[in-house]
Amino acid sequence: MPKVVFVSPGGARRELAIADGWTLMEGAVQHNVQEIAAECGGGCACATCHVFIDPAWLSKLPAPAAAEQDLLDCTAVPRQENSRLSCQLKLTPELDGLVVMLPERQT
Amino acid sequence: MTRHVIIGAGQAGLQIVESLRKEGFSGEIALIGDEASAPYQRPPLSKKYLLGQITAERLLFRAPEHYGRLGVELRLSTRVTAIDPAAHTVTLAEGSQLEWDRLALATGARVRKLGVPGAEDPRVHVLRGVEDAEALRQGLEQAARVVVIGGGFIGLEVAAIARKLGLEVKVVEAQSRVLPRVVAPLVSTFFHELHTGHGVRILLDQQVAALVPSADALTVQTQDGTVIPADLVVVGIGVLPNTELAEAAGLACDAGIVVDEFARTSHPHIVSAGDCTRHRNLLFAAPHRLESVQNAVDQAKVAASTMLDAPVPYAQVPWFWSDQYDVKLQMVGISTGHDSLVVRGVPGPDGFSVFYRSGDRVIAVDSINKPAEHMAARKLIAAGGQCDPERLADTSTDLKTLLQ
Repeated sequence: MPKVVFVSPGGARRELAIADGWTLMEGAVQHNVQEIAAECGGGCACATCHVFIDPAWLSKLPAPAAAEQDLLDCTAVPRQENSRLSCQLKLTPELDGLVVMLPERQT
Repeated sequence: MTRHVIIGAGQAGLQIVESLRKEGFSGEIALIGDEASAPYQRPPLSKKYLLGQITAERLLFRAPEHYGRLGVELRLSTRVTAIDPAAHTVTLAEGSQLEWDRLALATGARVRKLGVPGAEDPRVHVLRGVEDAEALRQGLEQAARVVVIGGGFIGLEVAAIARKLGLEVKVVEAQSRVLPRVVAPLVSTFFHELHTGHGVRILLDQQVAALVPSADALTVQTQDGTVIPADLVVVGIGVLPNTELAEAAGLACDAGIVVDEFARTSHPHIVSAGDCTRHRNLLFAAPHRLESVQNAVDQAKVAASTMLDAPVPYAQVPWFWSDQYDVKLQMVGISTGHDSLVVRGVPGPDGFSVFYRSGDRVIAVDSINKPAEHMAARKLIAAGGQCDPERLADTSTDLKTLLQ
């Protein structure tokens, strides 16, 4: 299973193994990563699973679709160039070692 | 040691537990659920799960080991048979009793049954829990002709999935339009055409009189004599709140467990949250009952605050969503009592939003394939809903700028 490092706003790092094919959001929520709200349960509908991708990994992810682009304008912490919605990112073996930073708040 | 007991291990029950711990409660917690599964998400049951795209494991809110870490006694497949408010106990089906300092009722709702002859046939399905969904998923694999009774959210979501699976689908609705209680007629028309465009046949103003079983079909008969043969029938005609335990314990109930804005029942040490409650929300004049994720989560947080003697009143804007085919409907606010509409965009595949106004205030917004407009609408309504209708309708005006 790909391992992902979540970095909280205070700098704490937590490594989680997430099943292949699951989304980053699903893995985070099941392991109780409190900084991910995911109010809509993964429907690309609410912008409360916002994460910042470590720039070194950004190019390895598929580009966001139009709906995700729109919602990234609605995040509680303003978007940056490396912003993504974690419900739209499926884990693959190539993403083993992915590092994501968590925002201060989601609502 | 202090012990808090929560009856009902759905979204509201789990949120109460999580909020109790988050706010620093260090006593014992027992979370009691009558289903076999650990707490799981219901919305995907009528969407991705039914389509076979995700497994039951992916529905779980938390990994199983989470409950040990939280210090929660999770009692599954366990039914509570009685509450004694004076003795501060609950009785479990196997006969044992649990004492509590504070009790929370998150008992949810159950499906309304179709009260006609033939409704007990095994080819009749409902959709509420994961076991219902699994039975329906397997049933759809064997079926060619599906009849959905009820043109509400569950019925239409199931119809969309059954069409995606290539089945012949008919929807029978008692009212004169689909989604009659929740959206404006123009939104009903959009969804009607969406489904007919995908090959669903919708029969309106049709009351089901009987389901007639035979070896090779279960035939739906309506009151005007129409007969519709089916291999499988899905009934989605609403839910009823689970109030029996509360009523037997002498708690005030009125088509729901009656709670105030602090989620308190008529007993000072018993709270209730989620689908089962008729509740006060400070944003609305009258109490109401809502079936939604938002209400389960937000009201559960209120209930936990009350259990910890630091009550925070409930004052959150409701929101809902439904997925059908490639269309996402998102709703915010309660449209009841609106006196005018503003439509932003053109009803069609590119998406649009409908603003429900009462006087000069926007009280609810339905957004179709416009998630960013939905998020802006949430802020607009939370801020009181004052907005120039001409600018609302003007798609060249960014909704977010209307809030600044």
